[in-house]
Amino acid sequence: MLTVTDLHVSYGVIKALCGVSFTVDAGQIVTLIGGNGAGKTTALRTISGLLRPVSGKIEFLGQDITRQPAHGIVALGLNHVPEGRMVFANLTVSENLAMGAYLLNDTAKTDANREYVFGIFPRLKERLRQTAGTLSGGEQQMLAIGRALMGEPKFLMLDEPSLGIAPRLVTTIFEKIVEISRDRGLPILLVEQNARLALEISSTAYVLESGHVAMHGPSSDLRRDPRLRATYLGG
Amino acid sequence: MIEFLQQLINGLAQGGIYALIALGYTMVYGVLRFINFAHGDIFMLGAFAGFYVGPAVLRITGLSPSFAAVLLVLPIAMLACALAGMAIERLCYRPLRDRPRLTVLITAIGVSLLLENGGQFVFGASPRSFPELITDRALALPASLGSLATLTITLSQVLVLGVALLLLGGLRQIVGKTRTGLAMRALSLNPTAAQLMGVDLDRIIALTFGLGSALAGAAGILASIQQPSIDPLMGIAAGLKAFVAAVLGGIGSLTGAVVGGLLIGVLEALVVGYLSPTYRDPIVFGVLILILLFRPAGLLGRFQPEKV
Repeated sequence: MLTVTDLHVSYGVIKALCGVSFTVDAGQIVTLIGGNGAGKTTALRTISGLLRPVSGKIEFLGQDITRQPAHGIVALGLNHVPEGRMVFANLTVSENLAMGAYLLNDTAKTDANREYVFGIFPRLKERLRQTAGTLSGGEQQMLAIGRALMGEPKFLMLDEPSLGIAPRLVTTIFEKIVEISRDRGLPILLVEQNARLALEISSTAYVLESGHVAMHGPSSDLRRDPRLRATYLGG
Repeated sequence: MIEFLQQLINGLAQGGIYALIALGYTMVYGVLRFINFAHGDIFMLGAFAGFYVGPAVLRITGLSPSFAAVLLVLPIAMLACALAGMAIERLCYRPLRDRPRLTVLITAIGVSLLLENGGQFVFGASPRSFPELITDRALALPASLGSLATLTITLSQVLVLGVALLLLGGLRQIVGKTRTGLAMRALSLNPTAAQLMGVDLDRIIALTFGLGSALAGAAGILASIQQPSIDPLMGIAAGLKAFVAAVLGGIGSLTGAVVGGLLIGVLEALVVGYLSPTYRDPIVFGVLILILLFRPAGLLGRFQPEKV
């Protein structure tokens, strides 16, 4: 469904990605794990059109989207929940959700999606009139994911959903991610520093190290890999 | 007391014009985080659009100077200014979108100089007299108001405030209630996230310039109806004062721009009325310095840090 081939991305002279390739198939949860600066976030930002690659190819649903503008890529159904959540702090929860449905332009569908989001994250319904900046970190993450779901994505990319969130809520959010993927048959590309959690809910994993894919395979195999255990899973 | 009320009325009518211009500064700042110093010159273009279109409209429609004439000329001038503003954004600012903000700021000053000197070249440097679109007169107030009946309220003051209120209300609707307005607000809060929602930044930024410029164009017409002498440099002072108004209200805040505009207008009128016209400009720009020193976010602006 999403195929990334030999992707090279640079920030000026600094190479962030040097020939990264991976694939996500329909209905799958695939995770990119790796340390700080490994290039995980860069990969997502390049796929969603926020960054331009030096070379390489990104295909989504059989279409080459490598040079498409970010808003055009969203229109194809590829939604990105960015690192740090990026909710619109001064807009209300309700307005944030409306922004998620910006391209949908269909009231009936928007209402149905809002109901679905409330089903997943009932907390958002209680906070509808509050501005997003006043929510807790966990609630903001729920809002960021809910906002992305408002646009009826065909594919979801999540960048560090566990970042800066109370540990109790992290488990909840990961359970919800699995639920969303299952309910809607939604393929998910998950970037996560918490490798243990990410390997638990994904079927396939790619380990990035300084811009390269160092390892990849079924998540259940990687969980048992001694090298990975030593580096990312705390032995 | 009557004297004070009189100055208040004069000040509000002038302040309405500053408010309309200030909105453009604040809207552009909201989406691009830079001060469009060429914005005051759009106000001048509005006045000249009225100068050329006004007589033609009167001739073609056979109207005599009246409200109707103003209401016909106004949208034409607004459209012309919207197009000019969008063209400036497209040609001068968009190619520099990824450059340091200082580059864009200097470019804006360049565009401003180009419009001022180009204006002198095209329209001539000497002041022109603005065509009479509406015959100005003092309104006769009913004697039952007692001493209030001695106030002078002119037709043009009523027109300026009425049109300004109408435009402000319209802008409020667009920004607060429409999908495009929501996209504008989202873009000003977080352009990256707005893009990820599918917002076409180029389109929304162009629209923002169009809206802001249309309001400045309207201000140009309204100001010229009140003071019918126009020249290609008239945008400098008006633009700077409106900029002070936008900063006073809190740059980035629409309500702030309106409040700031009205306050500056009233302040000017009070200084002129009670002190001396000589002190008008120093006091207005003194306000800018005080605001920047003591409350840089402005009266209604707020630096709201995002919770992490």
